[in-house]
Amino acid sequence: MMLIREFEVRCAQAYQQAKIGGFCHLYIGQEAAAVGTLNAVNPDDPVVLAYRDHGHALARGMDPGACMAEMYGKATGCAKGKGGSMHMFDRPHWLFGGHGIVGAQTPLGAGLAFAARYEWEVLGRSLENPGVPAGSPPRRKVCLCYLGDGALNQGALHEAMNLAGLYSLPVIYIVENNGYSMGTSIDRGTTMAHDLMAKANAYGIEGRAIDGFDILALYDEFKPLVDLCRQKQVPAFVDLKTYRYQGHSMSDPQKYRTKDEVEAWKAKDSIDRFAHHLMSERTGSDGRPVLSEQRFSEIQDDVRTRVRAAVEFAEASPVPDLSELYADVMVNPHPGMSPSGTYVTGAPNPLLR
Amino acid sequence: MPRTPQMIEKGLTLVDAINEALSQEMERDARVICLGEDVGLNGGVFRVTEGLQRRFGPDRCIDTPLSESGIMGTSIGLAMAGMRPIPEIQFEGFLGPAHDQLVNHAARFRNRTRGAITIPLTVRVPWGGGIHAPEFHSDSPEAIYTHSPGMKVVCPSTPSDAKGLLLAAIRDPDPVIFFEPKRVYRSFRERVPEEDYTIPIGKAKLLTEGTDLTVVTWGASVFQCLETLDSLPDDQSVELIDLRTINPFDADAVAASVEKTGRCVVVQEAPKTCSMASELSATIQERCFLHLLAPVQRVCGFDTIMPYAKLELEYLPDPKRIAEAIGHTLAY
Ligand SMILES: Cc1ncc(C[n+]2csc(CCOP(=O)(O)OP(=O)(O)O)c2C)c(N)n1
Ligand SMILES: [Mg+2]
Repeated sequence: MMLIREFEVRCAQAYQQAKIGGFCHLYIGQEAAAVGTLNAVNPDDPVVLAYRDHGHALARGMDPGACMAEMYGKATGCAKGKGGSMHMFDRPHWLFGGHGIVGAQTPLGAGLAFAARYEWEVLGRSLENPGVPAGSPPRRKVCLCYLGDGALNQGALHEAMNLAGLYSLPVIYIVENNGYSMGTSIDRGTTMAHDLMAKANAYGIEGRAIDGFDILALYDEFKPLVDLCRQKQVPAFVDLKTYRYQGHSMSDPQKYRTKDEVEAWKAKDSIDRFAHHLMSERTGSDGRPVLSEQRFSEIQDDVRTRVRAAVEFAEASPVPDLSELYADVMVNPHPGMSPSGTYVTGAPNPLLR
Repeated sequence: MPRTPQMIEKGLTLVDAINEALSQEMERDARVICLGEDVGLNGGVFRVTEGLQRRFGPDRCIDTPLSESGIMGTSIGLAMAGMRPIPEIQFEGFLGPAHDQLVNHAARFRNRTRGAITIPLTVRVPWGGGIHAPEFHSDSPEAIYTHSPGMKVVCPSTPSDAKGLLLAAIRDPDPVIFFEPKRVYRSFRERVPEEDYTIPIGKAKLLTEGTDLTVVTWGASVFQCLETLDSLPDDQSVELIDLRTINPFDADAVAASVEKTGRCVVVQEAPKTCSMASELSATIQERCFLHLLAPVQRVCGFDTIMPYAKLELEYLPDPKRIAEAIGHTLAY
């Protein structure tokens, strides 16, 4: 959580210095949501994200350097600098990406879960994947699919939940309910905002509302749900109550909420609360707190060092080569040639003359 | 940014001009409403609808949920019943979820009902690259909608054109997609007439006269072309046409110019293959074959996904590439 927060603070600085382009949606405040849920699943459970995705990428184990370089649009980024902030992909970590179209990731979650169940029940072996050799025995999996409260209103989610309910697909839809979709509060944007579970129940999906600001309680409630979905191969839905401290993106006058509201959430900050718990409430066998002041500040220093290194890595990395423009559009046996039109006539990428 | 004769210190930006047109039309016609994600309280992602909710109330400038398909379909229903809805889609990439409603419904109703039901709908969409944003936030899909008969596609480049064309679009009996070049939303000001006026949809504008070659473009590329023209040697006399409407496009204006100059370069941000530039090239060879002194050249985005920030400026047509194409065509 501390790593994510420090990372985001440095992203904001880099954005203000115009080193990060386009958009930058910070995760500050919501850290416990990604950390508490991702730690409840296995490293080879598929995960698919919305666009506010740096925090999850780090929590899932993405190298902070690759993450920061992607923000900078550099060639060493996780998507070779061609995707930016909303496109954090990490195939070896079973991270199937951030998605810039709100809601578009939700049917993908159903599909990933479908494949997992197919491996288990029909194929009787794992599909070949990075780190998974052909013919490996199948594992019971569960897919985590994250979405914001704004995505509740996209048709794609409802089609996906219906499919997941109908076919009993092991996918957990985690709504990171931070109360706002850009400038629109959840009550102004969706029906049944006080009882989101009703939406899932309509598709035969069970689930629960969880406090996303208390990391321990979150984990304790979420883990059994994951285990249940894995065991029974069924879908679930989680209304994870959380809050973002910063604006929607870096240019947001925030006319839609009050300073008091933001302060009230900050007073319950998940990192502060957890640190306080470890430093004064929970004691070890020696009767002393499990986390000392000194150890805490060591962690802080360590996190700062790691993020500083990530920034330095991103800054020192090269911008993508021009040949990248034509790379990875389709399978292309002639790198540097246009994958469609001019490619068939054999014309080279005009940028590479 | 090169200066056109109309550019002035004080005046309206593209954003201001569109806001003024919306405001005047809402004042004049109570059937006109604006709706979309954050268009009310926030005034839209680019603040184009700023102040409209305060002035006309939440019944006429409406914040919707995040639901492009719903926004578009509901707008079509409103239009069927005789309203004049103006939905905003925040970025051109988010037309995706609304595509079915637009292409399979809005565009086809007049034909499907043999004229009994028409869809007077104006979809406002910030469009195109140049703001260092990734895909979905920098694309140029104008040809996709031109390839779907039944919809008009308007792409203004200047504040005064935007105002006149938007008023024409709102009053048009058919669905219009109004693409706003976000790259130049605030980059210059222009004197824009305060009164109500329309500019006919489907009419191009001659920006500079010339005798040797015709450049055809639209949207933010107009300014890349103007900059190119400023730097050309004196003996190259180039005529510049701002197409302004993509569907239906002003083939007469293009043909008249190319018949005079015998040479043409088309400039667009969109990928090259199967694009508006392709359509223009085909039309020019059909209509001006015996006048042509050189093949028509296309300066376009590349056949790839719009790349994020660092490669963006390589992707977008710039004065260097445009000047090269002009040079090649003149020397052919
Ligand atoms: C289809 C689509 N429409 C609109 C947008 C623009 N947009 C990006 S994020 C966002 C709000 C999303 O809110 P929510 O789902 O609650 O996520 P949060 O920002 O709270 O993390 C909007 C409207 C988009 N990216 N995709
Ligand atoms: Mg939200």
